[in-house]
Amino acid sequence: MRWLVVSAAVLLLWPTMALAESAGAHPGEYSPAAWSPYLVGALIGLLSMTTFYFSNKPLGASTAYARLAGLIGKVLAPRHTESLKYYRDNKPKIDWEVMLVLGAIVGAFLAAWQGGELTGVWLPAKWEARFGAESLPLRLTAALIGGTLMAFGARLAGGCTSGHGISGALQLSVGSWIALLCFFVGGVGTALLMFRI
Amino acid sequence: MSASTITEKASALPLEGGPEKHAPSKTEFSPNQLIFGLFFGVLFGFLLQKGGVAKYHILVGALLLEDGTVVKVMLSAIIVGSAGIFSLYALGLVQLHVKPTRYAANIIGGLLFGVGFALIAYCPGTGAAALGQGNYDALAGIAGLMLGSFLFAEVSGGLGKSLMTIGDRGKLMLPEVVGLRLPTFLMIFIPLLIAALAALEWLASG
Repeated sequence: MRWLVVSAAVLLLWPTMALAESAGAHPGEYSPAAWSPYLVGALIGLLSMTTFYFSNKPLGASTAYARLAGLIGKVLAPRHTESLKYYRDNKPKIDWEVMLVLGAIVGAFLAAWQGGELTGVWLPAKWEARFGAESLPLRLTAALIGGTLMAFGARLAGGCTSGHGISGALQLSVGSWIALLCFFVGGVGTALLMFRI
Repeated sequence: MSASTITEKASALPLEGGPEKHAPSKTEFSPNQLIFGLFFGVLFGFLLQKGGVAKYHILVGALLLEDGTVVKVMLSAIIVGSAGIFSLYALGLVQLHVKPTRYAANIIGGLLFGVGFALIAYCPGTGAAALGQGNYDALAGIAGLMLGSFLFAEVSGGLGKSLMTIGDRGKLMLPEVVGLRLPTFLMIFIPLLIAALAALEWLASG
């Protein structure tokens, strides 16, 4: 019965594979998505069903970074790290989410390799077009500060673009829809300041 | 390792709640689940890259309201995932993991996340995918993500008693807010999301 449900879902989705733009490589700097975003979204929805069923886990990425930071904290300052409320509630360890994020690095590599889209750059083209070819220190600083704010915000809000934006939203959680809206309000406002002024 | 052995092994553990008795419970400690996590992660990263959402210009484009790829991927995932997971739930095959609603924390955390999102233009999942595809600037973002997580842990004791408790509504779901039963709500909401995607496509083409 269970296998029936999963295989039925896969079979139902299979025809949409034919709709995928299998164009593959777009070597241009502003290349579009290799596959139709609708197909990819639908497959991520299907993947969510699969992780719920097989791992009893929703897709989510941000807690992996918290676990990894806790593991580093445990090496550098074990007693202090273990005294923190967050790490008392969420033990630093290699868990399902950490493996998910490590897997995502590998999966994206395979996808880019297969599609001839490996970039191997430090400075994204659109950043360079805006801030200049010599702006790598600025880019790394922005990414570091951005990542810091993002992770702090994710922990406060209770999830990220995957955990709230996909998994929480698809389960109709009110907090997830509010957080998702705020991700875009904060993001659109800041991005317009960065790129339009 | 087949699915049934997991379910059997897990059924001895306490369930997280809900009426379903046969759903697998938390098994993240088992090595098998770590392998499952890695496997699902490979699929997730593969899909993120193919969907273009590991690319800097597509993510920034979403925030500059000039590229619809991110919105299309997310809404399609929500539509299929919502219909699929609530169907599996109705069949008693999965448990739900509804995130808690805490108005103040959701809003303030969400806005902070958004500001960070624009600065880095990758998110925790797509940042991993961006690194895999060869965008090395994601490394600085990943360092930041770990730093920010630890900073949150530093203040988690105080926040847990203050900001996190303001507007705490627990596992509140949209159907409860509008006063509809879950199946009725889904029958209205899912077509609405599909209509939103169609409207986006129409706007972009016009």
